[in-house]
Amino acid sequence: MSNRCFHLALTAILALAISGCGNKENTTTEQPATPAAPAGKTVDATTTGSVAGKVTLDGKAAPEKPINMSAEPYCQKANSGPVVPPTVVTDDKGDLGNVVIFVKDGLGDYVFDTPKDSVPLEQKGCMYSPHIIAVMAGQTFEVKNDDQTTHNIHPMPKDNREWNKSQAPGTSPIDDSFARPELAIPVKCNVHPWMKSYIFVFKNPYYAITAKDGSFELKNLPPGTYTIEAWQEKYGTQDQTVTIGPKESKTVQFKFNAAAPAAPPAD
Amino acid sequence: MLETTTNESAITPGLHRFALATSACTVLLLMAGALVTSNDAADSVPDWPLAYGKIIPPLVGGIRYEYAHRLMAGSVAILTLVLAILLARCGSRFLGNLGFIALILVIAQAVLGGMRVLFHNPALTATIHAILAQIFFITVVSLSLFTSRWWNSAPPKLDDPASPPLRTLSAITAAAIFVQLILGAGFRHGAFGILPHIIGAFVVLFLAIWTSRTVRVRFGNVKQLRRWGVLLMAFIGTQFLLGIAAYGAVVQEIKAQQPTTTYVILTVAHVLVGALTLAASVVVALSAFRAIRNDATVSAATAVTGSPATGSSTEGSRA
Repeated sequence: MSNRCFHLALTAILALAISGCGNKENTTTEQPATPAAPAGKTVDATTTGSVAGKVTLDGKAAPEKPINMSAEPYCQKANSGPVVPPTVVTDDKGDLGNVVIFVKDGLGDYVFDTPKDSVPLEQKGCMYSPHIIAVMAGQTFEVKNDDQTTHNIHPMPKDNREWNKSQAPGTSPIDDSFARPELAIPVKCNVHPWMKSYIFVFKNPYYAITAKDGSFELKNLPPGTYTIEAWQEKYGTQDQTVTIGPKESKTVQFKFNAAAPAAPPAD
Repeated sequence: MLETTTNESAITPGLHRFALATSACTVLLLMAGALVTSNDAADSVPDWPLAYGKIIPPLVGGIRYEYAHRLMAGSVAILTLVLAILLARCGSRFLGNLGFIALILVIAQAVLGGMRVLFHNPALTATIHAILAQIFFITVVSLSLFTSRWWNSAPPKLDDPASPPLRTLSAITAAAIFVQLILGAGFRHGAFGILPHIIGAFVVLFLAIWTSRTVRVRFGNVKQLRRWGVLLMAFIGTQFLLGIAAYGAVVQEIKAQQPTTTYVILTVAHVLVGALTLAASVVVALSAFRAIRNDATVSAATAVTGSPATGSSTEGSRA
């Protein structure tokens, strides 16, 4: 091959490589996986019951190291003192907050409307607030930047579309949604790598995130036998089976062991 | 054949120094890239080629690492462009072509970096980006060697009748280290588990020690080979220890809320010394090919004359 041909061939390869690299449109919204006119039964509101309960921690959680925000002076100033990651949130009695409770199994082919209201996820003091949000598939969540610094919001789902958007101070909120149910989608800010959050996406409305007192309630459940799962960021998951009859209310308790943290996620 | 010289007078010490400077800047670029990954800042700038829609983004948090990496990449691209032009004018078609390949590699690397930003999927895009970085690095290191006075002084050919020949052994070692760096990059970016990289570490440790020892035993009196053999030994030893420490830091980091200083230092050092180990192994292999007569030539000469070929050098083989 002559010298000229060699250069032409390499240039052609490069041109092909560049032409294959367009800017991916980040703002497109996925079509929901569920059909517009669902074929399934609806819940009879006159027969529904509820499951309520409490989540507690057996033992004392190992203390978390305070976050080092020295990489961003604004973040240090925005917080009056050291900030501890909200991985394990307990009160004095050992009640466990930030636990996601949901119906894992037993709902059959019920169909549900997607809520119209948007779930807020705020960035305050270079932390996500709340630490965990839960939405239904197709339901909008709204990410706001209350800080006077730039963030990027980067959810990393496995079954939904990954995206990464920047949000400068004072800019309008970012609205988005996920089309498919998926548990514990990590959300990160790579500008401030300590900022982590989770988004849970469900196909039914039977989920709750425990308050600091560990309490939760799943309302308007149709009669049936359900597997209820509790997910905690550090301690993993627990399942319980509960059967509720028409208009019946049941109580379930979950107790995590502080000495047995779950294995960290593979990613 | 790695005969590169067609017009020796055009391959000046200045050209060699420029190639060396480009190699040195590439080391800094590798460090900047490793800092981005270790500080978990790869996605801190969601757009490319601009950053936050601007030439200069707000320089806060992880953006500083990502932006510094882009600036370094731009600088190395400019240096490579100048180097390619100088090589195209030096009178050697081989060097001209290699300079052009280096330029293509650095541009492709920039495009891959952009794909990493825009398309996510770090297991694929970041791993390929890391592998191409090593290919570009050894290309500019090779150019530094090819423009050196030693290379262009047509060093006398040595005989290496022992088995395995150093040419073969050093080439296998360089290839194994390259594969090991692919496994390391794959682990770092989530494409593979750690096991292949750990097995690879023992393989390349053995091969690199064997190669270095072979250089010392057979060609200890050849300064060029001996020097790079010693460096290869030093780098592989350091890299092995750094690997153990870096893995310990990775295990700890999984539990941490944010990258710790220890984790960043150890992982960046492991990436850098890995690149230097590869460079040393490539230089040993290329130098062996330059300085040692091909086995086939020796065998052919033996078959014709009925006696082993003798080295035409004053620095004969001790083997």
